[in-house]
Amino acid sequence: MTAEKEKLLNETYQKILRIGFALEPTLDLREYFSEKLYIIGTTKDEMINTLEGLQRLIDRQKEQSAGLEISFTSKAVDRQYYSEDTMAVLTDEITAHILSKEYETSFDMRSSGLLKFEEDKWKLVYWHASKPENVQSEEDTFGINEWKEKNAQLERLVAERTSDLSKKNEELEATLDQLKATQTQLIHSEKMASLGELTAGIAHEIQNPLNFVNNFSEINRELLAEMNEAIAKKDYTEVEALAKDVTENEEKITHHGKRADAIVKGMLQHSRSSSAVKELTDINQLADEYLRLAYHGLRAKDKSFNATMNTSFDENVGKANVISQDIGRVILNLITNAFYAVNQRKQNPGGFLPTSGRLDQSNAPGSEKTPGDSAAYEPTVSLATKKEGNNIVITVTDNADGISPAILDKIFQPFFTTKPTGQGTGLGLSMSNDIVTKGHGGTLTVKTTEGTGTTFMITLPA
Amino acid sequence: MKILVVDDEQDVQVLFQQRFRKEIKSGEMQFDFAFSGEDAIKYLNEHQQEAVLILSDINMPGMSGLELLGHIKQKYFKPPPIVMMITAYGDAENYNMAKELGADDFLTKPVDFNLLKEKLKPISQ
Repeated sequence: MTAEKEKLLNETYQKILRIGFALEPTLDLREYFSEKLYIIGTTKDEMINTLEGLQRLIDRQKEQSAGLEISFTSKAVDRQYYSEDTMAVLTDEITAHILSKEYETSFDMRSSGLLKFEEDKWKLVYWHASKPENVQSEEDTFGINEWKEKNAQLERLVAERTSDLSKKNEELEATLDQLKATQTQLIHSEKMASLGELTAGIAHEIQNPLNFVNNFSEINRELLAEMNEAIAKKDYTEVEALAKDVTENEEKITHHGKRADAIVKGMLQHSRSSSAVKELTDINQLADEYLRLAYHGLRAKDKSFNATMNTSFDENVGKANVISQDIGRVILNLITNAFYAVNQRKQNPGGFLPTSGRLDQSNAPGSEKTPGDSAAYEPTVSLATKKEGNNIVITVTDNADGISPAILDKIFQPFFTTKPTGQGTGLGLSMSNDIVTKGHGGTLTVKTTEGTGTTFMITLPA
Repeated sequence: MKILVVDDEQDVQVLFQQRFRKEIKSGEMQFDFAFSGEDAIKYLNEHQQEAVLILSDINMPGMSGLELLGHIKQKYFKPPPIVMMITAYGDAENYNMAKELGADDFLTKPVDFNLLKEKLKPISQ
């Protein structure tokens, strides 16, 4: 065969394969195919013996490959020529590639074609392709539909899972929102609970200065009346003495008025949400204020209760940059806990962490008392401040039963409480710890000895 | 008549001295002050039988007014002085306990000084 004829043969065969892969635009099939053609394809209906049938196959192929990028490579395996080079049998190994947006696939097949040379043209008479090994379908030449179906299945699966995930995500977000709301609510509850503890103390604390204000202003009215009498009598020595008393009383009125004012302001600060900013605060004054509030708060709730309060304020402590109502709340918490603990010991002598009879008032002074331990026991709560290097240390110490080692590591956990249900939120120490560490870059530590007592230590950077 | 006033509020001293200035001036009444239960017991030990009347706050740090009352009425001082209890919490529990412990009278804060004077008059005479 002449090189020219062989070249034409190969070019024609390539064109035929391109038509077979539906890669060619619509053209006159008679240019490349014999009217008496016979094609055995890879699927059961691919037995074509008319050009019309071939055209239908090509059209179907085009339809199936919409949106896909199809290409192929072929490698000649065998070439045989007969009848004075007018008949040629071509055997090729073909690799088809199918590429979509999502992924790609490829498969191998073997094709054999018989071409006949007529009127200076090579035309396909017979063609057969072995079915690609990885295609299951009997309907689909290259398994495109099957592959597409698999792809669609995958997409459905991905969509389902994505939908599941986003649903779960929404659920989680909703749960998180709920938890955040609950947390806010709990923090608020804890604030309100400690406000409740404060209220009685505050009422008492306000009552005393108000009594002084009322009394001294009443006395001044009397003194001024007496002063008028003295003026009438021209007894100016008496007038001077009375004026001195009036002035002194006036100072008392102002002093106690300011005292009540400070208490009310403190109360308002305490209930306010923590949008507060750090301010230079006199730590000793703050500690003393909250000690009094805690003491009177507990006295108001449990009238039989009493304890010795020891204070030791280091003058060097001075002022520190703190959110005063937050640190105040921590001090209040620790002192309230200490008072609760010594009260427990007084009422339940000889027992560690009693499980019943808490806040039982039957052991109140004056009523029947068992002799022994309880008589000797002096409930004592000590509050001390100290300047240590660059730190301010505030300690609250009680002489109660101490904390059992079994629960010591749990006391700072939220919701942990030894109080009977309904009496404690279990958030006091947890929130105190947060305020000191996260809010102020300090530490809150505990030292305890069973049967001897407990010391909580707040360390704040000065 | 010598009266011991026991209260942890120091300004109570000025208040009583002013409220009873006429009685003090006339020598009808004398006032001494203690600022805690412990101080009061110390005072009473040092001034046996001098004070005939004690006015004590109940709500004090350390020894409470009720404990002081118990001490005075049951343990040390014979014949015991008259003891009047004063409290900010005018509740039945405190009242009953004070009565049980032998309190002679019970007053609630804010103290009505006219009423107190009325109560003191028959004692001082």
